[in-house]
Amino acid sequence: MGEAIVQFLETWSPIDIVLIAQNFDRFLLGAWVTLKLTVLSLVIGGIMAIPLAIIRAGSNPLLNAPVWAFTYLFRGTPLLVQTYLIYYGLGQFDWVRETVLWQPVLSQAWYCALIAFSLNTAAYTTELLRGSIVTTSKGEIEAAKACGFGKWMRLRRIVLPSAFRRALPAYSNEVIFMLHGSVVASTITIQDLLGVGRWLNGRYYLAYEGFITAAVLYLIIVLLISKGFRLWEKHWLAHLYPQDAVKAKPKKGLASFRI
Amino acid sequence: MRIAASADMDLIIEYQGQLMAGTWVTIRLALLSLLLAVMFGLLGAWAKLSKNIVAQKTAAGYTTVVRGVPDLVLILLVFFGGQELANQIGALTGLWDYAEISQFAAGVGTIGVVFGGYMTETFRGAILAIPRGQIEAGIACGMTRLTIFRRIIWPQMVRYALPGFSNNWLVQIKSTALVSVIGLQDVVYNGFVAGRSTRQLFTFMFAVLMIYLVLTAVSDAGLRWLDKKYSKGIVRSEDG
Repeated sequence: MGEAIVQFLETWSPIDIVLIAQNFDRFLLGAWVTLKLTVLSLVIGGIMAIPLAIIRAGSNPLLNAPVWAFTYLFRGTPLLVQTYLIYYGLGQFDWVRETVLWQPVLSQAWYCALIAFSLNTAAYTTELLRGSIVTTSKGEIEAAKACGFGKWMRLRRIVLPSAFRRALPAYSNEVIFMLHGSVVASTITIQDLLGVGRWLNGRYYLAYEGFITAAVLYLIIVLLISKGFRLWEKHWLAHLYPQDAVKAKPKKGLASFRI
Repeated sequence: MRIAASADMDLIIEYQGQLMAGTWVTIRLALLSLLLAVMFGLLGAWAKLSKNIVAQKTAAGYTTVVRGVPDLVLILLVFFGGQELANQIGALTGLWDYAEISQFAAGVGTIGVVFGGYMTETFRGAILAIPRGQIEAGIACGMTRLTIFRRIIWPQMVRYALPGFSNNWLVQIKSTALVSVIGLQDVVYNGFVAGRSTRQLFTFMFAVLMIYLVLTAVSDAGLRWLDKKYSKGIVRSEDG
């Protein structure tokens, strides 16, 4: 039975499914590298973004200007070039190559990708969080003041928890963009999901198999992430939805109009 | 420090021809793929809002795939796979011996189609934001569908779509950098080659970074101007 299937696929399938199946463990390993890189960058970038967003939402020009410059630089330029700058560029300086960090960290592709990705997502997350901090409703802050909350207490108990929740839908986009962006790692020799696809195509001189397998696996990961975020939003943003929205049927608006 | 900076500047001036040529390729690539993206976006929004179930499903599948798969994967697939496919079709039909897809064409096609998916969602949302009564009023006045689109939907759609459009465009300019991976001699590729031959990769990559920053800043200013133009006569809320 199994042999019959293999024979059938080898004869009739336009792409070499058997070869993909044989190398599938490598693809899973690549997916693991992609996920590890993405999640670690998001965690590091997210931790950096919280104080930076508080600074950006505040009105201290001395602190605000450098943070603004940082987010402007990283949001206005391609991640590919940022990664090249760190991985290929830093070696230009003798003093960088003489530091203790050079051998274990700054000359390693993996750490360079991690640094570039973390800074990139930190910049985007900072602006995203700033947006949701400044749109906290005035009433909530007044109420906290009336209860005698100090500045830090207000931030910790009122502003940030509510800002995090409201930033969730936009943050889910950032997570998917970061996953997409992580393919840049494959251009600096890292065997991530796309790296494995490129390796397979290079090794067996193929045009489709590696890329298609990588594409399908990326698609599955993205769909799982957005599904997860939707469940998360349902839980954390439940208080913001209209009360009867669950029961009421969505009205057909322009959807039925044909252009 | 000052001496180093001026030496770097001299190097960049020495290689400015290559950098400018690359920048020009990047700009052409970005603008052509934007044109394609807008076309695909309008087509996709039309399909998503139509009553035709086949068109709806096709558009839904299209936006899911292009927004789910990273652009570099699709660029590689189109460049290498597309070439192979064209040759296989040629061999099968006997119409051509050897077909070649240029890096530029693969880049424009892929980035255009991918961002067409993002534009589809932007345009769809913008059309849905137009109050239905206005379209009914148009029908009542005896306007044809085309007139309704030209006079009622388009001017308002542009206004509602501009924020999303601006966002997509800024992401799209940056995505063009990925086409350098398949060997297109854009600003990243040329900057990299110049940096490697002079062993000053940081200098050149930083110059490339600055060029992208200028491109995004100029686009940002242009889009703000457009936004002002299309929002004439609209009262904005105080904090908007």
